Amino acid sequence: MIGEAAVRAGCRFYAGYPITPQNELTEYMANAMAPLEDGTFVQAESELAAINMVIGASMAGARAMTSSSSPGISLKQEGISYLAAQELPAVIINTMRGGPGLGNIAPSQGDYFQATRGGGHGDYRTIVLAPASGQELANLTMTAFDYADNYRTPVMILGDGMMGQMMEPVTFPDPVDLQKLSPKPWKLDGADGRPSRVILSLLLDTAKEEEHNWKLARKYETIAREIARADTYMTQDAHLVVIAYGTAARIAKGAIKRVREIGLKVGLFRPVTLWPFPQRAILELSRFVKDFLVFEMSTGQMLEDVKLSLEGRSRVHFYGRPGGIISTPDEIAKVINSLYHRQRLELEEE
Amino acid sequence: MAKKVFERPKYLKKSVFHYCPGCGHSIIHRLVAELLDELDIGKKAICVPPAGCAVLAYNYLDVDMGEAPHGRGAAVATGLKRTLPDKIVFTYQGDGDIAAIGTAETIHAANRGENITVIFVNNGVYGMTGGQMAPTTLEGQNSTTTPGGRDPARDGSPLDLSQMLAIAKGSVYIERTAVNSPKNIRRTKRAIKKAFKVQMAGLGFSLVEVLSPCPTNWKMTPVDAAKWVEEHVTKIFPLKVIKDKAGKVT
Amino acid sequence: MTKKTIFSGFGGQGVLMMGYLLALAAMKDGKEVTYLPAYGAEVRGGTANCTVVVSDEEIFSPVASSPDYAVIMNNPSLLKYEGMIREGGVIVLNSNLIERTPSRNDLDIVLVPANDIARELGSDRTINMIMLGAFVAKTGITSLESIMEGLSEIVKGKKPGVMKLNRKGLDRGREFALRGA
Repeated sequence: MIGEAAVRAGCRFYAGYPITPQNELTEYMANAMAPLEDGTFVQAESELAAINMVIGASMAGARAMTSSSSPGISLKQEGISYLAAQELPAVIINTMRGGPGLGNIAPSQGDYFQATRGGGHGDYRTIVLAPASGQELANLTMTAFDYADNYRTPVMILGDGMMGQMMEPVTFPDPVDLQKLSPKPWKLDGADGRPSRVILSLLLDTAKEEEHNWKLARKYETIAREIARADTYMTQDAHLVVIAYGTAARIAKGAIKRVREIGLKVGLFRPVTLWPFPQRAILELSRFVKDFLVFEMSTGQMLEDVKLSLEGRSRVHFYGRPGGIISTPDEIAKVINSLYHRQRLELEEE
Repeated sequence: MAKKVFERPKYLKKSVFHYCPGCGHSIIHRLVAELLDELDIGKKAICVPPAGCAVLAYNYLDVDMGEAPHGRGAAVATGLKRTLPDKIVFTYQGDGDIAAIGTAETIHAANRGENITVIFVNNGVYGMTGGQMAPTTLEGQNSTTTPGGRDPARDGSPLDLSQMLAIAKGSVYIERTAVNSPKNIRRTKRAIKKAFKVQMAGLGFSLVEVLSPCPTNWKMTPVDAAKWVEEHVTKIFPLKVIKDKAGKVT
Repeated sequence: MTKKTIFSGFGGQGVLMMGYLLALAAMKDGKEVTYLPAYGAEVRGGTANCTVVVSDEEIFSPVASSPDYAVIMNNPSLLKYEGMIREGGVIVLNSNLIERTPSRNDLDIVLVPANDIARELGSDRTINMIMLGAFVAKTGITSLESIMEGLSEIVKGKKPGVMKLNRKGLDRGREFALRGA
């Protein structure tokens, strides 16, 4: 799904290194790039080499992508930091698996901090998109390339093994016309009839580095203002709202549907962009919602962003299953049930 | 009116080199700049400078430049060249960059036969960080991290990366030269010229290893450093064409 | 209506192919579908399984903790899934490979001697098609026509003989299930 969407988005350069559970994408890209005259696929000797090849292709103006899974994404952080510093567009797919260390190959959400806090060294942010269905995965992959080009910054799609493995019917958007994309007046293609260009990240002059950092910070502010996005489900009358992203949000939605059948007023808030985090929308909800339940396939990472967004205005509860465990909707429904009834009891006592 | 016999090469910016007295980088920069003009490839050249003393190469060479993370020059160059096969893409790397932290990227780029040119400057130390041991430091040679000189039992022996790269099927042309004498400088220019021509002809991976003196970190005078290259470095890293699958390239 | 099916057996028995075909067929029927193959070390030599969810509405979880149906190709899979199937569910199992009959009496159990039938057809490669044909006939989850449509998408470029043989397998599986033998 990602592969086809990437090709339609005009991706013409892919470099990757084998790692489970995302090899299907690498294999897809090998076959998809081969017949394209302007397409390049390189099976790189390492994750580091792959991300650095993407740096080169991006410098040359191509829409470039790489993909990996958690341990491999750790290795790519060097390159992601350089992409951010050099203001180069690129799309990075992380199909998260259980960790830390080698962990396992089951779906997990343990890389939230790494993805949203920058991951590599230095004062930067990465746009992070979290699809929850096959269709959204396809749409967001195309969006990712646009964001990357528009803001000249790396964009990460944060999925998990479930998203990576699952097959769902998808309607693909029309392919992008590469000729119609905005020109890149910064790209390197030889100084023919124009002054030579330099794309660098070394700024030994501290004043210049500070200036560059503030420039990036202003860009991140613009991004936060323009693209923060979330999806809601039955939150209008909710006494309790579950906050979850990706696969966890899907499972939570199933649970909410179940508890709605027995009359519990529960809704779902699903961040689609993890960075920028849709904090205003959550703050808005806190005007009516007293309790939030954060559900993650980790020991609690997005939880911190939820708490920061709420500024102490509502209560935040947490339920998590790390290590590659996939909760069932029934399991979440039970958690919701007990929280919900505790809340109702408290209200009666008041 | 006097006839102009010496001028600044077209592709060298009007700035003063920051390199130490007796350092080879300025000479090698100049040779590259001259060749970009002579071969008429400056307008389509993209250089990938390293992390190391030559990190500031973009202050001097007047061509498009895309800075690579330490050691990743060959990977960045791969991305550039594959996307723009008609351009001339070359990396400029030091021994630490190419033969330590970037070994994997370099070997695999050579093995894939990437049609890029690598200028590999070997001065036997990490110059920019203050003279630590490099993979190419000679046995017994002093550095800030090898008290008493490089001890093979403790520190390993000098690594001949060019020889290793020659084994890879995809490498086409590899030559080792030096810039410690006018004769060797002329030879270096010929070698880099051929390396560029190999790329222009689309033949594959080309590399010129240039032995370069580092008087500052070797703690020698420029003259003594040039002599050290001749008397010691070339004994371990002999000047020669290491591999030539290209033959005569026009 | 939401129906969750588990296909399970040894790697190499065509278990994932059965699930994949059902997913494709249901997609052609205009249903919401998820297909989730079990992945990783398990796939190589050990037990292979996949879960297919077919629904008229949005599917929340592609995982089935209590599946409606199971197509079982070996003993370990029967042990693993027998207790999990929803009351009133269906198990289709290859009786040539599984000697034990499930003990639950709240399930509809179809014992298909798929290896015997395949031998009659002259190709062991049809075993999974026979199982799938029986499963589709028994549950009515999709039609054999949709399965064939899906199949033609997968085997495109291959000889028509392959399609014909698979069709035979599907038909024989269906006949067997409908006869109720």
